[in-house]
Parts: sequence; structure tokens; C-alpha cells
Amino acid sequence: VSELVQFLLVKDQKKIPIKRTDMKHLVQDYKGAYTEIMNKAGRTLQEVFGLQLVEIDSKRHTYILINNLPQAEGQYLCRDKEKMGLLLVILSFIFMKGNSVKDTSREPSGGWGTLDTPLGTPQNPLGHPKTPSHLYRYLEITPIPLTDPPEYKYQWGPRAEKETSKKDVLNFVAKVRE
Amino acid sequence: NTVMAAQMTNAHRRFLQVLMSNGITEGSEARKLHQHCCETDKVYYAHDKLDDFISTINSHLQPLFMQIRKGISEDDGRAHYAVVNLAETEVTKMASDYTEIELELFRKTMDLIILSENGFASSTDILNLADQLKTKKMKKKEAEQVLKVFVEDKWLSEKFLISMLVSLKNGEYTLHTRCIIEMEQYILSNYQDVARKCNICRSLAIQSQVCESCGIGMHLPCVRKYFRAQTEPRCPNCNEFWSCDIP
Repeated sequence: VSELVQFLLVKDQKKIPIKRTDMKHLVQDYKGAYTEIMNKAGRTLQEVFGLQLVEIDSKRHTYILINNLPQAEGQYLCRDKEKMGLLLVILSFIFMKGNSVKDTSREPSGGWGTLDTPLGTPQNPLGHPKTPSHLYRYLEITPIPLTDPPEYKYQWGPRAEKETSKKDVLNFVAKVRE
Repeated sequence: NTVMAAQMTNAHRRFLQVLMSNGITEGSEARKLHQHCCETDKVYYAHDKLDDFISTINSHLQPLFMQIRKGISEDDGRAHYAVVNLAETEVTKMASDYTEIELELFRKTMDLIILSENGFASSTDILNLADQLKTKKMKKKEAEQVLKVFVEDKWLSEKFLISMLVSLKNGEYTLHTRCIIEMEQYILSNYQDVARKCNICRSLAIQSQVCESCGIGMHLPCVRKYFRAQTEPRCPNCNEFWSCDIP
């Protein structure tokens, strides 16, 4: 159980969703006890870390860890404060535009101009060197077929759905507009 | 006669979460965080009970082979807290996050840093490590080129920086405080004859000043504290004049 818990924590730190097959592989020595181990690991994560194991894709059986603790005021957020701030701006923008935005470039058109940070390519809106934000499942980026140069549609990803509420986003937008 | 471990509350969980996402947390920050967590989750708070608070969390972390550990930074002498793994297989645990080349490079970089006089390795030194790199899958020439790209483009060193294995000071690399807190036991047992222990505080010393006559080493903050009260800086071991600049 402790191995599975550590495995889940490490994967979650990198924000990469966890596949059920990977978890099964880890506990393969304990045939048949998989469900029990999973349940115990889930309970440990809740009791000790305040994290909840949630399935975000029932087809492909992928999971993420979300924070179970009641929201606290500002300061002590995660390390990537700047990226999270930018992400929140992007999420709120998508939300305000009716949950779906398409754009070929991330240039000032459509209100992105207010952001000073360089955003990178469409596949990589946060400009993160190795891992695009949609891989983290914050954003759902789908290419629009038959477009040339290729255009993309931006929506909230499953992790954003689970971790942030639309209400939080509204509060954020209201604060920014003050 | 069993002692009941205190229950985890949301305050403990929140504290643990933040400590984990910080990587490493400085002492006064930890104390502020302790207060913040207790106030947010309406748990009893006493400003001098941080150790007990941490012990509660540690009692629940122990079956998971994890621990909140305190260590002293070699840079400023201040206490820092980190959530570490207790299992001896520290370097092999990393194996899932790094490629074979990266692991090998880290091991060799660590050798270099520990064996050096002052606890630092330059990026040129690290690049030269490519010569010694042994991988079954890559030919030496290939490995060299790959390594050059990694280190010169700073991607690899950044990866080690981001995961707090190494830190960069004045253009040279040394082991990050977090890495030292986590791997102190590993280093002391695997580098028994070469790893230096500070003459004053007896802990592992990566960055150190060394006495020219008798070879003992001391942490820079320990040097500063020790010589503060002395008129003439003299080695505590052999009494010879201390030749290094007092920090």
C-alpha cells in the first residue's frame, strides 16, 4: 500500500494523470488484492494527505488526485503560482466566452493582449518547456478539422472541472475587474 | 503501555500538503504556516507546539516510509523542513523519473561535489563527466553529444535544479539543501571515507572550509558562529591560524 501511495503522490506532483494499468502493474505481486490495496491507498491519501483519488476518464481509466480540504485564503498555494495565475486567466476567458474558444494564434486578438507573459504555441499555451498544459488535463485542446493553418478549440479539461468551480472563476474575474 | 497517536486534522493535512508542494520550507515560514493551518481549520494552536504538530504528522507518515525532517542550510545556517523518503533506496527511487543517462550523470555529479575541496562542481566539470559515462545502449560519442546538448542547453541542469537535487551558486553546482536533508544518511554510508563532517556540529558538510594544516572541515555558517567570539581565528582542532576568509 505504501508503494502505491508514494507512486500516486509522485505522479500527482508532476500533474500527469495516472493510468489504472500502471497502478495494477505496481501491485502485480499481490494478485487478486488489487481492489483492496486501491481502497486502502485511497483511504490513506484522504486521512493523511487530504487528497482524493478521482477517475477523470472512465473509458481509459485514468485518475488524478484532487484536494479534499476546504479552500483557504490565498497565500499558501502551490509552487507554480505564476502558472496557476495564468491558467486561471485562460480558464476564466474560456468560461466567459461560453466555454469554448478557438484561436489560431495567441496574439492580442480576442482579449489575450492583456497578458504580458509570452504564451508559446497553440499546443503549449503556458509555454512550459516539456509538458503542455493539456497533458495536465487543465485544458482540452482539440484541433478543428479541415483548417489550414490548423486551428484549435480550447475548452476546460477534466482536471480544471474537478479542481475549480465555475463560481471560483467568477469570483476571480470579479476581483480582476475591480 | 501504548501511547495513542494524536489524530490528523485538516490543519495537519494542509500543513503537509503545503510542505510537499514547497519542496523545502524555511523555519519561520513553517511556523507561519502552522499558525495559518490551525486558524483556517479551527484547530487548537500554540506557537511553541510546532514540534508536536509535526510529530503527529510523522507518526502517520511512518508506515508510508516518509517523514518531515528538519535540516540546517549550509548557506544561511537556518533550519529548513522537507518531506523526505526514509527508504534507503533513494537513488533507485528516482529511477522512475529519470532516464539511465540522467541517473548516471547525477551519481557522477554527486561524486564530484562530495569529493571536491569546497563542495562545488562547474558545468565544465560536469560536461567532462561524459567521458566516463557508461551506457550499454549508447556509444560513447553519442552519449557525449547528448550530454553536451543537455548541459549546455541547461535542460538537464534545470531538471536537477527544479527537482531540488542541485542548486546553482555563482555559476557552480552544489547539492541542494533539500537533497542533503533527504540523502544525508545515504551519503554518509556510501561515501564513508570521503564525506566530510563538520567539526563543530558533526553533520554532513558538503560546502565547507577546510583547515590547511590538519584537514578538518566546517560549515560556513558554523565557521562564522565559531569565530565570532574569537580575536584570532584558529583551527579548533590543531590551533593553526585559520587561512580561509571568514564568511
